[in-house]
Amino acid sequence: MLDLAKYDSLGAALRDALGHWPEEVCLIEADRDRERSRLTYRQFGEAAEPVAAALEESGLAVGDRAAIIMTNQPKWLISAYAVFFAGGVLVPLDYKLSASEHLQLLAHSKAQVLFVEYPFWRAITQAPAFREHKLRMVLVTEAPPNADLAGGVRWEGFRGARAPEFRPRAQTDTACIVYSSGTGGHPRGCVLTHDNYLEQCAAVAPVFPFWPGARYLSIIPTNHAIDFMGGFLMPFTGGGTVVHLRSLRPEFIREAFTKYKITYMAVVPLILKNLQRGLREKFAALPAAKRKMLDALIGVNRAFTHGKPRPALSRMLLKDVHKAFGGGLQALLVGGAFTEPATIEFFHDIGIPIYNGYGCTEACTAITLNDLRPFRPDTVGKPVRGMEIRIVEPDADGIGEVSVRSKTVMSEYLDDPEMTAETIVNGWLMTGDLGRVDATGHLQLFGRKKNMIVTAEGKNIYPEDIENNFEGIATKEFCVFAANYIWPQHTMTGEQLVLVLRLEPGHTVNDMLLKELSRRNAQLLNYKRVSGYVLWDQDFPRNAAMKIRRVILAGQIGKQLDRNAMVSL
Amino acid sequence: MKTIEQTTDEILNLAATQFKFPRADLQPGDDFYKKLGIDSLQALELLTRLENHFGVELPDYEVQGVNDFHTLATRIQARL
Repeated sequence: MLDLAKYDSLGAALRDALGHWPEEVCLIEADRDRERSRLTYRQFGEAAEPVAAALEESGLAVGDRAAIIMTNQPKWLISAYAVFFAGGVLVPLDYKLSASEHLQLLAHSKAQVLFVEYPFWRAITQAPAFREHKLRMVLVTEAPPNADLAGGVRWEGFRGARAPEFRPRAQTDTACIVYSSGTGGHPRGCVLTHDNYLEQCAAVAPVFPFWPGARYLSIIPTNHAIDFMGGFLMPFTGGGTVVHLRSLRPEFIREAFTKYKITYMAVVPLILKNLQRGLREKFAALPAAKRKMLDALIGVNRAFTHGKPRPALSRMLLKDVHKAFGGGLQALLVGGAFTEPATIEFFHDIGIPIYNGYGCTEACTAITLNDLRPFRPDTVGKPVRGMEIRIVEPDADGIGEVSVRSKTVMSEYLDDPEMTAETIVNGWLMTGDLGRVDATGHLQLFGRKKNMIVTAEGKNIYPEDIENNFEGIATKEFCVFAANYIWPQHTMTGEQLVLVLRLEPGHTVNDMLLKELSRRNAQLLNYKRVSGYVLWDQDFPRNAAMKIRRVILAGQIGKQLDRNAMVSL
Repeated sequence: MKTIEQTTDEILNLAATQFKFPRADLQPGDDFYKKLGIDSLQALELLTRLENHFGVELPDYEVQGVNDFHTLATRIQARL
């Protein structure tokens, strides 16, 4: 890995990376079963530098902002590299947002340049707010031959005539503006500096190293902090390879594991649970004798890997399982939302280490990472290098708001001094998450600060904590809220928890489900039990990382359902 | 050449079979996420099945933001 302490900016570090491993494969782009392109680091530079030159020739000044709306693909990284090379500030946007949300964030970020895939641009040009956009230049990728680009120009023809001039930036200069959430009138644009990123790379590298030949399968959208690190900065500064799939159907992801011998993949919990379900079904279909043998091998593997992962041993013991993952998989990284310990345990037992962690965009991704030495699925790991954690106003159980201080913490929310002042207090980032640090320094999380209840006995109950107890009930999706969070009553007494159930279409609450709910509820300590349920007939709103957007969902339920709709359990 | 009505009808048949849903309850204007109660990964699985049936390839972006059978049918029809 490059010695990142030497560099002042991402542009400088990435430029050196290209020269460091010129003949190593940097990017592989596949579409279904076809490989579309494969670039070495040298070829990557040859593709990116003309784009940087064109940006400079067309007037991009140092500090100008350039946004990207693209799916995970090489042109994303080539464009980002060109922006850093030319001294610009990158604004990575979530391609899954709607066209009007895109326009809202483009306006909020004051981006002057936009790199965009044609289908997204086509949608943006049709949105009502399009006429008000202030973009100076739009580079459209993969547009059909006769497409109307509505003022945009083709990315493929956007090449400068001369060699670009590398424009250095200082460590404290802004590298990226990343939206952590909030398109509903209150966008949170995290202003992250070059130093934030360089520090984060150096902090994560010991747990999550890259080397020439290591391959990362990039499926979490690259605008997301996890993929920006795992699918760009980390592999580039370590000489690894990023594999992009143009179609993210589950069957192509499975194929890619074996075809490209993937070393790492980052996933959100939803995908991890899907993988788990698939494997469980396969295991269940095995003949009894084979199943018995498998269970025995899993037991042996569990015993030998508790202290630390032993990939070679696990691969030998559970050969067939590992073959399906390509045989070279070192670890799956899970983030973006809280992952149930049971899911992590399932993969750990079959010898596929799951590195879970905890982080947020405001702290430039990772705050803690589980190093699996030893395996502690009940926690989100220990702070990464250079990260200080303080639990603010801990209760009798040591649980309080997690606040962090490190060189990776953003400088501010863009153009929002008020929210910045609420979030960064005396140099400490207030995460809004509740946690406790145990005797071994591992962080355990207990939900969010605001959506919670305090019982008459003075016990704090966190709905996300309760949810684990209802996993697997016969619904399409469900979640637990503090009833007062949905229907505010401004009272601190008589608070209740409510289970929000979205049933499978055509299903009703039958006796079997009711019995199961009661049974699960009864397993909880009495003060943790939910008081009742409401039925909800719409998909839960989720963000790109598939996290439930709880504030929005609570707002929707509060508007459309009365508190009386709650059925007692 | 199939008509758009035929294409739509075949999509509804395939969706009903795949998700074990009564065919008679599916209409072209239905939001398939809501009506079938499926998530985005399941929608991608349906897409693969439709591609195999119609012998076309649909890039993921062509169906991003599409929730109803009719629009899906027009996207497929355009590639037949």
